[in-house]
Amino acid sequence: MASLTNINPSSTDLVRRKKRFSVSSTASSRSSAASASTGDGESHARWRSEKQQRIYSAKLIQALQQVRLNSPSATSSSPTAQKRGKAVREAADRALAVSARGRTLWSRAILANRIKLKFRKHKRQRASTTAIPAMTTVVSSSSSSRSRKRRVSVLRLNKKSLPAVNRKVRVLGRLVPGCGKQSVPVILEEATDYIQALEMQVRAMNSLVELLSSYSTSGSAPPPI
Amino acid sequence: MSNRRSRQSSSASRISDDQMIDLVSKLRQLLPEIRERRRSDKVSASKVLQETCNYIRKLHREVDNLSDRLSQLLDSVDEDSPEAAVIRSLLM
Repeated sequence: MASLTNINPSSTDLVRRKKRFSVSSTASSRSSAASASTGDGESHARWRSEKQQRIYSAKLIQALQQVRLNSPSATSSSPTAQKRGKAVREAADRALAVSARGRTLWSRAILANRIKLKFRKHKRQRASTTAIPAMTTVVSSSSSSRSRKRRVSVLRLNKKSLPAVNRKVRVLGRLVPGCGKQSVPVILEEATDYIQALEMQVRAMNSLVELLSSYSTSGSAPPPI
Repeated sequence: MSNRRSRQSSSASRISDDQMIDLVSKLRQLLPEIRERRRSDKVSASKVLQETCNYIRKLHREVDNLSDRLSQLLDSVDEDSPEAAVIRSLLM
């Protein structure tokens, strides 16, 4: 009797667990699309962690080594040196996108950039279907604004400021990779994540420059053995 | 399933003023130019967005400069030098 009641719950539990797994996996696959409405703070805090910077630095060094192998001996003649700098920049950005693990639109856009030419037509079609004219509806909903107590530090929107805000969001969308044709909430969410990723990128690259230049200066005057 | 998804996307497109202000004030907290000010003096959303664009451009410039600097440093490091060995060891 006892064994019977023991078996039954465990089997249903297994089924439930399976179901939960499938639900959570589909939820995470479209989390970035839905993130605009939820606005999670934790994923952004990720970029501030030392661990994330270490992960990025390792990927960056790997990418730099690749650049070095692919374009050897640039003798500081301006065109090749410029090309090299650009290659480093692209490698650094790709490493950043990989560190983001494809959770955001901007990182997926950077990774897709390499094959953009090939699939440009296809991509544009898809982008146009996802583009949503978001801000046009804000005006109508503002008439029924509730007066809730909020801890925000931004002025309320009014009809006069709306066109300027709209325009600036569009400009912002062009600065964040892959967000040129996204809706307003998506652009704002992505920008929030992207800025913190960029800050981390600058920190990591800075410390790498410092490390390398400390070696190259000490190397110019080798210590006597 | 498809019903739920369509509802979700429509709610994302119909952003309320409150949501908008929430998102913009999250951005505000990231901006060095206006982060230091007291919470009490409010800034317009337009100003926050302007500063956001400026800040991203500034970060892009920094990454550009650092990339050039790194490529120079990589060039200056000789294949057989001890520095190259250090770089290789970093990869391990």
